[in-house]
Amino acid sequence: MRAMILKEFRELRRDKRTMAMLIALPIVLLVIFGYAANFTIDEISAQVVGPQADAVAAQAPELFKVEATTASGTSQDAKDLVRDNKADVVIDTNTMPATAYVDGSSLFAAQTAVAAFNLVPKEMLTVEILFNPDLTTAWVMVPALVGLILTFIGTIITSIGLVRERQTGTLEQLAVMPLRPIDVIVGKIAPYFILASVDMLIVTVVGVWLFDVPFNGSVWLFALGAAIFLFVVLGLGVLISTASRTQAQAIQLAIMILMPQILLSGFIFPLNAMPSGIAAIGYCLPLTYFVQLSQGVMLRGAGIDSLWLPLVVLAGMAAIIFTLAVLRFRRDLAPSDRRAA
Amino acid sequence: MTWGVTDLTVTYGAVTALRSVTVSVHPGSIVAVVGGDGAGKTTLLRALAGAVRPASGSVNGPTLSHLGFMPTTAGVWRELTVDQNIDFVGASQGVSGVVLAARREELLEAAGLAAARDRAAGALSGGMRQKLAFSLAMLHRPPLLILDEPSTGVDPVSRVDLWRLISTAAAQGAAVIMATTYLDEAERASRVVVLDAGEVLLAGTPAEVLENMPGHVSVVPAPSDRKRAWRRGRTWREWSPADPPAGTPRVADLEDAVVGAALAKAAVHA
Repeated sequence: MRAMILKEFRELRRDKRTMAMLIALPIVLLVIFGYAANFTIDEISAQVVGPQADAVAAQAPELFKVEATTASGTSQDAKDLVRDNKADVVIDTNTMPATAYVDGSSLFAAQTAVAAFNLVPKEMLTVEILFNPDLTTAWVMVPALVGLILTFIGTIITSIGLVRERQTGTLEQLAVMPLRPIDVIVGKIAPYFILASVDMLIVTVVGVWLFDVPFNGSVWLFALGAAIFLFVVLGLGVLISTASRTQAQAIQLAIMILMPQILLSGFIFPLNAMPSGIAAIGYCLPLTYFVQLSQGVMLRGAGIDSLWLPLVVLAGMAAIIFTLAVLRFRRDLAPSDRRAA
Repeated sequence: MTWGVTDLTVTYGAVTALRSVTVSVHPGSIVAVVGGDGAGKTTLLRALAGAVRPASGSVNGPTLSHLGFMPTTAGVWRELTVDQNIDFVGASQGVSGVVLAARREELLEAAGLAAARDRAAGALSGGMRQKLAFSLAMLHRPPLLILDEPSTGVDPVSRVDLWRLISTAAAQGAAVIMATTYLDEAERASRVVVLDAGEVLLAGTPAEVLENMPGHVSVVPAPSDRKRAWRRGRTWREWSPADPPAGTPRVADLEDAVVGAALAKAAVHA
């Protein structure tokens, strides 16, 4: 038994990735969980519109961080500000009493805001929750879960498929066949892109149908965002495959990439409740931007004029990650000066 | 057209896998590359295939469409059937239509795989899988065929089949270079290259290799120096740096020659 234990430790010591998973990952998870796992919102972004904007802003509870006041703003402007995600709460002083429009797609901020507004007498302020009037958790989760499922398929399944070629020796075979590296790369990735697209369609339709999640925005905008996001996650899958010799290693790496996306993309723990250092990590993750995009399109019916930023960030990530992945994969396929056909 | 490498050196980081190796492969001939584990056989074949970047020296290989390559790991797609493997490689190599149909029949018949066309490659026996891999490498009739230990781990009957396929390819004009651990196979090749720690120990026809081995190997009832002796079956062989007595062959066969050459190299470096 002693020999067996010794052998196991020696094997583990040589398997640096598993050791990292065993030692570093729990520490990282603990730190991230400790700081990120916070449902309590201390500050809610707010704007005030209408003739009494400045006066109301001055009286707003400390919880609300009033970022702008617009005396000339109309009630429609107030709703548009919420839809465009300019603030989680917009108080409209055009009405009597004033109306607080709360963004129901920012679930935790909305719950906190509503609790705070309940302390204000109804004759002074009425509250209207937009886009998710019953503050249903599923409505917020389903658009984000679409992204999580795409991330799972894109990274794990793609990397496993590519590593299988390496493990069975067929990648070596492909490298000396008269195929251009781009033929191999596109040929390998296209099936996963198609399958992931079908998966996305199924998950979205089933989510909308089963959980009554509204789809208020443009299908095409959603499809565009999802396609760009797919390029990012497929690129991650290819990158993982280039850094893995076996399928087990690919799964390990994929999990290391998946875990922070689950915890820090803002769909479980709100990003604005995290310390800025941890939230900054969240803002480097592609799922964060897909969540903003999918919730914006599906729940708020937001258009490209307010969702251009996550789209541009995702496009930038897709370009960088995919290029890097293709270059690394190409290096594996063509280490020498290939003698073209 | 003669293919080959000249003064080739390949390094992996600080490790030199091949040092100043020169090998040429002529059409219609078989070159057997032999040597122990880590001798550099696979690196030599991969460099000739263009899959390894040389540190120095030159590689004269055909374009990828004129190259047939069979890696150590067989290089078949295990989830695909035999027919689907042929379809994929045919499409990649630009072989289609009646030409593909004819070659499929010919190769599968010769490899004894005609009855296994619908079986997944992963479900084939090791020998059948190697024969399928050879068929894939031959599908586009390449002028240069590179085979990395095609018969390792294959049963004796399948080895005979494989050798028949390889020699037929050479007889049809292909230049064949193959790594092998079976020296009886190497003895049937046109030329033999003996590698050791990335260097060529001996090269030439099998007869030349036997003749050029330094010193001589004799059969002895009991070895005088165990560091220079080894067992074969029930008898002992012993290498000596001296030339053999007049009228006595230098060495009996290629297996003794390879071991003897390695011992000669060790004696020089001692």
